[in-house]
Amino acid sequence: MRPLTVGKLLMQSAILAGVLFCVMVVALKFGAIHVSLYGLGRDLLRVLLGKSTDISSEYSLILNLRLPRILLGVFVGASLSVAGTSFQALLRNPLADPYVLGVSSGAAVGSILALLVEPRLALSPEIAAVFTPFGAFLGAVVAITAVYFLGRREGRIDSTTLLLGGVITASLLSALITLLLTMLPSSNFRGMAYWLMGELSAVPSAPLAWVLRTGFLIAAIVIYMTASDLNLLLSGEKEAMHLGVDVRRVRLVVYIAASALTGLAVSVSGSIGYVGLLVPHVMRMIYGPDHRVLLPAAAFGGAIAVVFADTIARTIAVPAELPVGAVTAIFGAPLFIYLLRRRLA
Amino acid sequence: MSATANPAARGATDRGRNSGDPRLSVEQVSYAHAPNPQQAPVFTLEATSFQARAGEVVAILGPNASGKSTLLQIISGALQPLSGRVLLNGFVTRDLEPRTRGQRIAMVLQESQLLFPSKAWEFVMQGRHPYGKSLRFESRDDLAIAKNALAQVGAEHLAERRMDQISGGEKQRVILARALAQQPLLLLLDEPTLHLDIGAQVDLLDNLRRLAAANRYTVVIVTHELNLVGEYADQVVLLQRGKCLRVGPPASVYQRDLLEQVFQTQLTVEYGPNGRPRVSIVAGTP
Repeated sequence: MRPLTVGKLLMQSAILAGVLFCVMVVALKFGAIHVSLYGLGRDLLRVLLGKSTDISSEYSLILNLRLPRILLGVFVGASLSVAGTSFQALLRNPLADPYVLGVSSGAAVGSILALLVEPRLALSPEIAAVFTPFGAFLGAVVAITAVYFLGRREGRIDSTTLLLGGVITASLLSALITLLLTMLPSSNFRGMAYWLMGELSAVPSAPLAWVLRTGFLIAAIVIYMTASDLNLLLSGEKEAMHLGVDVRRVRLVVYIAASALTGLAVSVSGSIGYVGLLVPHVMRMIYGPDHRVLLPAAAFGGAIAVVFADTIARTIAVPAELPVGAVTAIFGAPLFIYLLRRRLA
Repeated sequence: MSATANPAARGATDRGRNSGDPRLSVEQVSYAHAPNPQQAPVFTLEATSFQARAGEVVAILGPNASGKSTLLQIISGALQPLSGRVLLNGFVTRDLEPRTRGQRIAMVLQESQLLFPSKAWEFVMQGRHPYGKSLRFESRDDLAIAKNALAQVGAEHLAERRMDQISGGEKQRVILARALAQQPLLLLLDEPTLHLDIGAQVDLLDNLRRLAAANRYTVVIVTHELNLVGEYADQVVLLQRGKCLRVGPPASVYQRDLLEQVFQTQLTVEYGPNGRPRVSIVAGTP
């Protein structure tokens, strides 16, 4: 009987942070342009010391292009994975994830609508930066609300109905996304197809990056504050209520925060599938179902998975690049089927 | 042990108030629900009242769909009654803030679904949740209380076992231990004997009887087991199709005619040497 302590939690997080750091270094090294680890370290140090003018051009390319993309991958992976963990707990369904539930598609519709409307509103740059993520957030909230009610039968969430509701919603929204994308002024079909699969090549502007960072921190902290409540919700809403959980409040807060995370991620990367499904599963196998450990582990794990997948996407067919969503799907779909079959058995 | 001092202390203040005062007071509660908005609501529970003191075991008896679980849900504060109210130490249970309610009322449900099974001691630790904030890390006291709760139901040896790898009877003990870890004043159980063999059923009721006396819990249990109730309960609330037919000690409620009419079968009622009633079915009844 060894209860979780803050020290143990920090230790586990530090280990995962270390793994993430190593994966990021590897990701920085590999790509169309090859660089040495020594050169990378030297130039990173120079940047940190404020001597960015001293670095060679190829390293400056790596630090200006590859590093922001890796950081974006960290953000997107952590967001999707934490959102997936939250949805799985709230819906008491280990197969729930923003992508499967259609929440990512909802966010995509929201962000495209925002992109379509934005030029007509003559917004200030600060508001324009927030406009697309906000549209994505609204889209995500609408989608999860729709799927939630589709999945309810006689006042209870029915797992199968819920997942089917999600799949149908996702397919309907995908059709809508394709339609909307053709209406975007600068649309090209290759770019569209990539965005639909999820990709990380569009590095966000500084104000947008600020919004993403702040939004992520707030939503992730809000979800983490309910970690103990989520543990009890796994045994069902009734039981959680009898154990002192304010079920309605927790449900509302976590749905909104998880939708926000999905919306933020999708608004900059399109809908990358299976991260929110697989990473929480793997982390649960390693660390167990306690959300106080699982949520931070899922955040690190998601970041590691997406940075890793994006490195494969960037390097496997040089000089061409795959969308990262294609890589996550290639790994994710078979595992999803395995988990589904194991659950049915 | 300091870990168990808390409920005893609260029990002491109860007794200090007035030992004759009931701890639990169910006052004219009723419940109705409409299958759909167009239809008139159907009464699933008509006005029902009873009272219970600390240390008492009350059994709610009745055939299927007689409103037993509805009554239990209303007592727990989870369900808003159509009329009437339920008081626990003078406070309306429905109005209690969720955490406070979790500190005073523990509920053992028919089935505890486990999505991702944890170890037994972790499961028992959940009972400490009402005593902290949303995000909490268990203290040494919590651990001592959980250990003690497991010991009280004779399940210390199960502490490190996973919940999906123990038998039904063992699981029921651990679930009961979690309820004890809540250190409640009121312990509610909804058909806890449902999937248990007869040995485990007797074991559970023995435990409840002992715990109610030792920790001064008020226990309310919903069950179908006539003979277990006859043997262990202090009071019986007999329901039929949402109507409360009788409230009283088993010996006064267990009238042959009444039970036959309620359960729609021929029965005999005998009294054991301890004055407790025993019911047998008459074989070959139509």
